[in-house]
Amino acid sequence: MKKLLFAVLAALSFAAQAQTEISFYYPVAVGGPITKIIDGLAAGFEKENPGIKVKPIYSGTYQESIVKALTANKAGDPPVLSVLLSTDMYSLIDEDAIMPWDELIKADADRAWLKSFFPGFMENSQTGGKTWGVPFQRSTIVLYWNKELFKDAGLDPNKAPASWNEMVDFAKKLTKKDGSGNVSQWGVQVPSSGFPYWLFQGFTTQNNVILMSKDGARTFYDNPAVIEALQFWVDLSRKHGVMKPGIIEWGTTPRDFFEKKVAMMWTTTGNLTNVRTNAKFDFGVAMLPQGKRRGTPTGGGNFYLFKKSTPAQREAAFKFVRWTTSPERAAQWGIETGYVAVRGDAWDTPEMKKYVQGFPQAAVARDQLQYAVAELSTHDNQRVTKALNDGLQAALTGTKTPEAAMKDAQREAERILKPYRK
Amino acid sequence: MNRVTAQVHGWLLLLPAAVLLAVFTHYPAGATLWHSLFSTPKPSRPAVFVGLDNYAAMLEDPVFWESLANNLWFALGTIPVSIGLALLMAIWVNGRLAGRGFLRLAYFTPTVLPMIAVANIWLFFFTPQYGLLEQLTGSLGLPNHNWLGSRNTALGCLVVVTIWKEAGFFMIFYLAALQAVPPNLYEAARIEGAGAWTVFRRITFPLLMPTTLFVLVNAVINSFRLVDHIVVMTKGGPDNATSLLLYYIYDVGFKFWDSAYAAALTLVLLVILGASALIQFVFLEKRIHYR
Repeated sequence: MKKLLFAVLAALSFAAQAQTEISFYYPVAVGGPITKIIDGLAAGFEKENPGIKVKPIYSGTYQESIVKALTANKAGDPPVLSVLLSTDMYSLIDEDAIMPWDELIKADADRAWLKSFFPGFMENSQTGGKTWGVPFQRSTIVLYWNKELFKDAGLDPNKAPASWNEMVDFAKKLTKKDGSGNVSQWGVQVPSSGFPYWLFQGFTTQNNVILMSKDGARTFYDNPAVIEALQFWVDLSRKHGVMKPGIIEWGTTPRDFFEKKVAMMWTTTGNLTNVRTNAKFDFGVAMLPQGKRRGTPTGGGNFYLFKKSTPAQREAAFKFVRWTTSPERAAQWGIETGYVAVRGDAWDTPEMKKYVQGFPQAAVARDQLQYAVAELSTHDNQRVTKALNDGLQAALTGTKTPEAAMKDAQREAERILKPYRK
Repeated sequence: MNRVTAQVHGWLLLLPAAVLLAVFTHYPAGATLWHSLFSTPKPSRPAVFVGLDNYAAMLEDPVFWESLANNLWFALGTIPVSIGLALLMAIWVNGRLAGRGFLRLAYFTPTVLPMIAVANIWLFFFTPQYGLLEQLTGSLGLPNHNWLGSRNTALGCLVVVTIWKEAGFFMIFYLAALQAVPPNLYEAARIEGAGAWTVFRRITFPLLMPTTLFVLVNAVINSFRLVDHIVVMTKGGPDNATSLLLYYIYDVGFKFWDSAYAAALTLVLLVILGASALIQFVFLEKRIHYR
């Protein structure tokens, strides 16, 4: 009896094998019904491609997702497809876990598809002439401002600060103190908990300097322009007194904004839907102010293809990724989540045009993309990034000068990266 | 023959526990030691024997030393206060007072709540300007302070959360122990005219010593084991000011994927915990009165 049951099960699973199944890990990093949207994508794809079964598996935060994917890979059973941070590219290559998409890209239509993504997003997706990641849920940093508080301070409520100096001037007018000298409202807030390096890249890019080399084996943390950028960030609270001192929590920053404790904040475009729902006042969204130039890092997740998969699975995964990143689907994904739709022609679709017309703030991230640079990503990424994070927090809390902090961070990064240089 | 059967019986009875212990405790500990003597395997470079290199690297790793120091301060801050508080609460809710069932429940609630959820709530308590703490200090006319965002206070904030979380749990043990103290001892003391302090010092406290040892061992282990709230509240920051040993091990193991170094760090943690348990048992055992 048992044997019979086993045979039936085996036959069933064989029948299922005739269909190609692709497992797909995805993290959830912003608010909203992401799980439902992803399940909807998979169902829609299966309807159009009956031979393929997509199995989406929710895998926690970005950090938990890479832990799960790499652990599964070491155990010999990784997912076929996974959305992971674009900055995990070098780590995944070093672990020999993923394969480039290039060998699946054969037709001219495929090549045109690859070219359709915003170049800013491809910087973190390609290295050594190969494409390892396909942009999916991507973001940049933007400045949100409270129009009511601007009006109260005698500023033009429809004009965001365009330059560093202007941001400081505006922020000074927007910082309010009560009778006993306590600040009741700060001018500006740039969060610095958890991953301060990402926000810091806004300052460095605006100061016209990059943090790492293209091959991911060298960092420039102690470049004078980097130190200058950090000095500006530190001065916002220390010299100008327009930002609260110490480390500013990423998670509570939107809340500070809703509570009118701060008039301007820097945070991800991924918070757009959140702010739209929770801000009880008129707000604006603008590109980050200009230093020597405009600038922001990109952020967010890419599709990766795992090496331990069958050729049929790879083909199926490629089909799914191409389907998901088509202009209509990319537009729909952007509208539903708040992420930046990853390709130019997605913004020309009728749905997207209608959305932007009713909510022009959504287009700011797209317009800023031309100034965007790759998010900090190197070999042994988390360790090299931590060296910078520690240095930034040391400078922001006043334990080290910006110069000393960046020199220490660079020394540590050098030590880690030396073995990766050929 | 009979003796052999008895022997076999004995071993068979022990077997399930012994297997569990070996598989989940002794083997992992041994494997940790073994792996800590090798380099981390990478696809391009398989693991090679490096001897004590990982430990030498540890001696030069400033984050390790800072995490260790933080952990000692954290232990020193949480253990005595949470045990003292637990004893105090237990004695209070052991007395006859109205609504003591409710009070006991209230003290125990923090233990039941998941740490991640609790840490998210505390995060808002510590929020500058409009958090609960700031509203209290603000109404006293004190200046604003960024509690979790400055190096001087961040670790202290985590200590407070931990004490709040742990004291109720320890209270339950003391409460159970208090109810086991024979009432005739108290009656005798009352006849002799002993004051409340003498009763506590001469009767209650000595009879609670076995519980105190148990609670102490647990508190020491917890002070090295509880890191959930760090993930939510500070992620080890600012600049490693709240990085505890176990949190750092997680970072090294699952963020940096340096499993060999993580194994070496784990072994250090194991030695610290083993040594502290041994000291507590050897030194305190002599002073404890078991009935």
